Amino acid sequence: MSVDVRPFPELVDAERTGPDPPYDHHDYVGTRLRAPKEPLVVIPSTLTELTGPAFGWSDVDARDADLTHQHTGEPLGERIVVSGRVLGSDGKPLRGQLIEIWQANAAGRYAHEVDDHDAPLDPNFTGAGRCLTDDEGCYRFVTVKPGAYPWKNHPNAWRPNHIHFSVFGRAVTERLVTQMYFPGDPLFPYDPIFNSIRDEKARARLVSTFDIELTEPEWALGFRWDIVVGGKDATPLEEPHDD
Amino acid sequence: MTELPITPAQTAGPYLRIGLLRNLIGSDVVDPADPRAVVIRGRLTDGAGDGVPDGMVEIWQADGAGRYRHPADDREEIAFEDGFRGFGRSGTEDDGRFSFVTVKPGGVPWPEGGLQAPHLVVSVFARGLLKHAVTRLYFPDEAEANAADPVLSRLTPEQRETLVAVPEDGGLRFDIRLQGPAHTTFFAV
Repeated sequence: MSVDVRPFPELVDAERTGPDPPYDHHDYVGTRLRAPKEPLVVIPSTLTELTGPAFGWSDVDARDADLTHQHTGEPLGERIVVSGRVLGSDGKPLRGQLIEIWQANAAGRYAHEVDDHDAPLDPNFTGAGRCLTDDEGCYRFVTVKPGAYPWKNHPNAWRPNHIHFSVFGRAVTERLVTQMYFPGDPLFPYDPIFNSIRDEKARARLVSTFDIELTEPEWALGFRWDIVVGGKDATPLEEPHDD
Repeated sequence: MTELPITPAQTAGPYLRIGLLRNLIGSDVVDPADPRAVVIRGRLTDGAGDGVPDGMVEIWQADGAGRYRHPADDREEIAFEDGFRGFGRSGTEDDGRFSFVTVKPGGVPWPEGGLQAPHLVVSVFARGLLKHAVTRLYFPDEAEANAADPVLSRLTPEQRETLVAVPEDGGLRFDIRLQGPAHTTFFAV
């Protein structure tokens, strides 16, 4: 069998990743020893990349989507509903998608032994949730609004309020782990993780919107956030600007 | 066709264990009692050579016959293996160690014809990685298939070496070096 040894046509500079942040973002100190520095090798999408894991109703419990009812009592904090749709970049709603989330409690403390922030743990809050999207690609979580918290990246560094999200998409090319933020956060200009995304419009796509329709009277504020997943084939290296 | 702009990635951060390493998805892709089971052990290290203690590694693969449990793999002539999902997760320990129990997958097609050598997709998530990093693991007992593999054969010998696991303690060893000498080759997918 003859082997085709032509080089692949392209390497992608690790800095040029479409709307995604570059690996190497000096202001985020954690990247300095961990960011891959060499160009990524581009390979054609094969069945390996065009497939990926799928999950079903047997993998989740309906109670997993309500982070305020996982213990004997209710957690402290501002109860919120977070809901939206998962779509492919082709606009198709993705049904049956496993969404996993994790977050700090209302005081800005994670239920994790490494978090030594001097803020109280909440015995009624673990901060982990998951659900499957429905036939319209919709997900819905009930939780409490996570607090901002300090981290040691630089002097007086604080993370904006955020919830971590993990989504698989339809294939390896669509795998996404990201963070959802809240509208109007005064910490945005100071956060090197949020600002690692260079394009302002791309950053804005991580910010949920307050939604009065999702808001439940006498009970909880609603925030809407849609997630769009797509692989490199669907993603131009430069964002189109319509201004 | 209208293309919706995609949602950008952000780091999984230091507390990914809370959300991603609970009881749903484990590191046993197959039952460890399966006679075909292979133990894969490795270490995730940073540019200083230190273990990454707060990371997570995911693997995705075809079954022993080379079929992916996914609708895009429509080769009905290859039966699905019962109960095989093909996906596993391992957190990293204090010294960066991770491990999986799985089977060697069959070869899977290359778009221009022929088969690729058996391989796993390996994805790495951690604090300090603003987007996950993706690589592949190949098997050391597949020298002929590896030599003919359309991905491996386009890489330099140094790059290839980082992608082929090595036999160790009756299983396989696959270290992932994010930076530095002999850093792992990562792919854009």
